[in-house]
Amino acid sequence: MLKKIVGSAALLTLLASPAAADKVKIGFVTTLTTPVAVIGKDMRDAVDLAVEHIGGKMANLDVEIIYADDEFNSQKGKQATERLVLSDNVDIVAGYIWSNVLLASAPVVLNEGKILISANAGPSPLAGAQCNQNFFNIAWQNDQTPMALGELLNQEGVESLYLVAPNYAAGQNMVAGVERTFKGKIVGKDMTVWPSQRDWSAELSKVKAAKPEGVFTFYPGPAGPAFIKQYQQAGLAGTVPLYSVYTLDSISLPLFQKANMETVLGTKMTQFWAPDLDNPANKKFVADFRAKYGRYPSFYAAQSYDSIMYIKSAIEAVNGDVLNTAGMRAALKKADFPSVRGKFTMGNNHFPIQNFYERTVVKDADGNWTTAGGRVVLKDHQDPYASQCKMP
Amino acid sequence: MDYVLLTEQVLNGFQLGIILFLMAAGLTLVFGIMDLVNLAHGSMFMIGAFVGGTFALLTGSFVLGVILMVPAMLVIGVVVEMTTLRTLYPRDHLDQVLATFGLILFFNEAVRLIWGPEGLVVPLPDYLDGIVSLGFGITYPVYRIVIIVIGLLVAFGLYLLVGKTRIGMLIRAGASNRTMAGALGVNIPKLFSIVFGIGAVLAGLAGLIITPITQAAIGMGEDVLILAFVVIVIGGIGSIRGAFIASIVTGLIDTLGRSFLDVLLLLFLPANAAESAGPAVSSMLIYILMAAILFFRPQGLFPPKGAQ
Repeated sequence: MLKKIVGSAALLTLLASPAAADKVKIGFVTTLTTPVAVIGKDMRDAVDLAVEHIGGKMANLDVEIIYADDEFNSQKGKQATERLVLSDNVDIVAGYIWSNVLLASAPVVLNEGKILISANAGPSPLAGAQCNQNFFNIAWQNDQTPMALGELLNQEGVESLYLVAPNYAAGQNMVAGVERTFKGKIVGKDMTVWPSQRDWSAELSKVKAAKPEGVFTFYPGPAGPAFIKQYQQAGLAGTVPLYSVYTLDSISLPLFQKANMETVLGTKMTQFWAPDLDNPANKKFVADFRAKYGRYPSFYAAQSYDSIMYIKSAIEAVNGDVLNTAGMRAALKKADFPSVRGKFTMGNNHFPIQNFYERTVVKDADGNWTTAGGRVVLKDHQDPYASQCKMP
Repeated sequence: MDYVLLTEQVLNGFQLGIILFLMAAGLTLVFGIMDLVNLAHGSMFMIGAFVGGTFALLTGSFVLGVILMVPAMLVIGVVVEMTTLRTLYPRDHLDQVLATFGLILFFNEAVRLIWGPEGLVVPLPDYLDGIVSLGFGITYPVYRIVIIVIGLLVAFGLYLLVGKTRIGMLIRAGASNRTMAGALGVNIPKLFSIVFGIGAVLAGLAGLIITPITQAAIGMGEDVLILAFVVIVIGGIGSIRGAFIASIVTGLIDTLGRSFLDVLLLLFLPANAAESAGPAVSSMLIYILMAAILFFRPQGLFPPKGAQ
């Protein structure tokens, strides 16, 4: 008898807890272990800073962030998402570095009718045919940045290009993106084994023999610095300009600076954001991030910081009523918040329509290596999959 | 395809082969003499890179880093052998695989705790960082030539050690027939510690000298380990000479496959298919070679004399 009473009491408290909306619970999925955990650490630091900036409150409710580790693995990422949605009972799920992890995890969140915000991954299915009214991307669609790079190459007058990229989904997307906009001749293309191949001697010898006017590459995480180093050791750095996307960032540049690899300076890339973009939100973010952590934020950090501000705008639009999904959705569609990239609009597929800038690796006033934004390469650019999205 | 590119690719293949040899030499001795499947050999590769790299950064000299790495790896290797592996010799191979896999996880986490997840960049001194002209319009990175030279010197040193010294005689005896060597009064535990220490030093050396090219990262040894296993199967388990020849052959096949196979496939396949089949087939080549050797000569190309 006593057991029954205790049991039902426990059950009642269980039932009661979700209704007590005295705080906002946000689940944030990223990679906190494995060698790519450096990215996850940067994202977590940015989220912590964002929570600090808003005083830990959204619409006067306390904010609780629950971090979950995807272990750089789509199945583990899916399990982590299931725990957040079904057991921790979070109100909103955000994060996700890797496209394959996001694709595996998205149905878990969306089937529960909850809102999902990607802070990095932008795979084409979720932008096109599989777009969803509760899914929003606060970063970019995978194809956009390399498309901007192809355009940059046209503007720079590069007529022949050699492509070296890893042979997996994102690597193929990046190469396809460049090929979509680049008007010159592609003189060679090597897709290398991912993630195991770390020595590109054979590919670099082929580049040398092909004598292109430019080389395009994409190696995210720790592989990027290794590739660029070998590019220099092969004697290509002075002779053939290297263009990249998502390869040189504030995570890898301090490593180059420590190793004093001056040839990296002047390398060009494209990006939707730069640490020196001139707007009040970005100035505050970059200055406070540097003050708190002693390094420049990466683009991963910028997107993560934005995602918290973005969620705040939605929670405040519904006055803290986290169960009002339709109201939050309407607010998210407006994207009315101070983004570190400046003003942008949300497309019909809930991916940003935004500018892409040229970025160059430079030394800042204190001698730290960072990237500086340049001219706009693509203005108010929307991804090529938006037209395939039929949103109810 | 011109001769400049071909020469460069042959050198690239040699350089990859040298790294494989340094890994495979230790692995083949441990497997051949101690009959121990040591998956943690890849961890020695990684630890050599991190420990040696740290010495290099602390002293400001890469050469000093390499020199200091040798005793450090010898100590680490012997300690690992004495504390963990010693209990595994009488157990079957599956237990050894499980235990040494556990060691991999342990070392990966240990490295993460000590050096952080972002790895280590080790710069080269200026005199090693340039490119050198080899005549006939061929230019090649100085450092990769240094790797080839170091590897050849180590191979020669091992040849002298195994072929001309007393300890080498004991190692050969152990590789040929462990039980008999033990019965004749060879101090097997001491021999095993020494062999494992040498293996750790060689793996650590491989990891350290490749670090200025690939950088040190957690788990960097695991991919090389797989290739090293292929090498010792091709060369014959327990044979240093077999490991050397098989390493060079594997390095050349892998590199030349990566560079010329897509061109070759273009001759009888449409461009699209050749482009995607090229990397796929070239990464399979060495495994095809291994399968063929296992079929026609299961003991490997150069098994040690008298091995069972």
